[in-house]
Amino acid sequence: MNAWVAALGFLVFGPLLGALLAGIDRRLTARLQARQGPPLLQPVYDVLKLLEKDTLVVTPLQGLYLWLFLFFMIGAGLILFTGGDLLLSLFALTVSGIFLCLAAESTNSPYSHLGASRELMLMMAYEPMLLVAALGFYLTNDSFRVSVITEAAPWQPLQLLGILVGFLFVLTIKLRKSPFDLSTSHHGHQELVKGLTTDFSGHHLALVEIGHWYENAILLAWLYLFFAPWGPWLAIPIALILFFLEVLVDNTHARLTWSHTLKASWWVTLLLGTTNLLLLAWWVR
Amino acid sequence: MSFLKRSPWILHYAATSCNGCDIELLACLTPIYDLERFGIINTGNPKHADILLVTGSVNEESRRVLENLYHQMPEPKAVVAIGACALSGGIFRPAYNVYGGIDQVIPVDVYVPGCAARPEAIIDGVVQALALLDARAKAHKRRGQVSIESP
Ligand code: SF4
Repeated sequence: MNAWVAALGFLVFGPLLGALLAGIDRRLTARLQARQGPPLLQPVYDVLKLLEKDTLVVTPLQGLYLWLFLFFMIGAGLILFTGGDLLLSLFALTVSGIFLCLAAESTNSPYSHLGASRELMLMMAYEPMLLVAALGFYLTNDSFRVSVITEAAPWQPLQLLGILVGFLFVLTIKLRKSPFDLSTSHHGHQELVKGLTTDFSGHHLALVEIGHWYENAILLAWLYLFFAPWGPWLAIPIALILFFLEVLVDNTHARLTWSHTLKASWWVTLLLGTTNLLLLAWWVR
Repeated sequence: MSFLKRSPWILHYAATSCNGCDIELLACLTPIYDLERFGIINTGNPKHADILLVTGSVNEESRRVLENLYHQMPEPKAVVAIGACALSGGIFRPAYNVYGGIDQVIPVDVYVPGCAARPEAIIDGVVQALALLDARAKAHKRRGQVSIESP
């Protein structure tokens, strides 16, 4: 029964939460630049507008891939929010990312191709750290099940400190923020135009946006998991603060090249993630 | 009301302008004028854009690019010509390769005069284009949406 409520809650409120986070993000960015910024619900207006526009179809495949991207994204969220297997949720998230790359690769624009290949590079950069994070949760709780992880011992955040810092690092990549917004950028007319999404318009772009809202909610839930044992009243504000710290990083950093990104994130994974994991394994034993 | 009015994304193309109008246009995005207040984003991508802002006198070189960009934009869309050059060719009008106004090449909805056009005038022009877009979106809905492949 509880799982059904959680699933329904995620389906309905997940995108709302994600859109709100995106809206606050844009507003915060504007304030950091001494501008007033758009209304909070601007991401919602954007998507509603996209639904009013024509959809230019470059290849019929792109629609299929984009629907699959959204499908697996929602699947990943459903597994996570119903207290299912963390590892399975992570794999669904990865598959969804791959479908976005496939969609971009199936179109004609050289900019989308560039975006897709860079996105694959970025996946190589952040995927190890996400796996290490999942393994860390396993070591502290002896289970990959989210329902078990949320009832972990209160010192879990301390046990996973290194992994948490590493996770925050790759979260910047996952949220497509500077300095790692290589594959698609929130601000157009850069060297990449719009990267991955260059050739999508109308409904198709709306699908991508909605997928990103779900993704925002999922990533926030991951952050929440680290602090879950402290109870929601402490964990939710901490997760939100850390989430918006990413906005600050976004606004204070210039873009890196993909090779730097790959190197930096693997070093972080090795130094913070794996070390933490080894210490944890030794401690738990 | 159509949501186009709440989130118009613009595409800026400089069809060989002197850059005066371009700088004024970019000034609209700075903290003083802050176009993003109205949900306006400067996308560099015709497939995401709703309003095409053109500066400069179109000539033989830029004509094909301009036409291409216009055709790549999904309906409903609007075009705003900015500056004397885009309106009539401006001081470049007598040049042998200049067409004299971008309405010789693509249909224009709003004309924003000035050399260079002031940011206030540009914002006013965009707002007028929004009203047009709104009407167009409604007509578009009645006709039913059709997907067309750009040539
Ligand atoms: S109208 Fe004046 S400022 Fe604008 S592009 Fe032409 S010459 Fe330059």
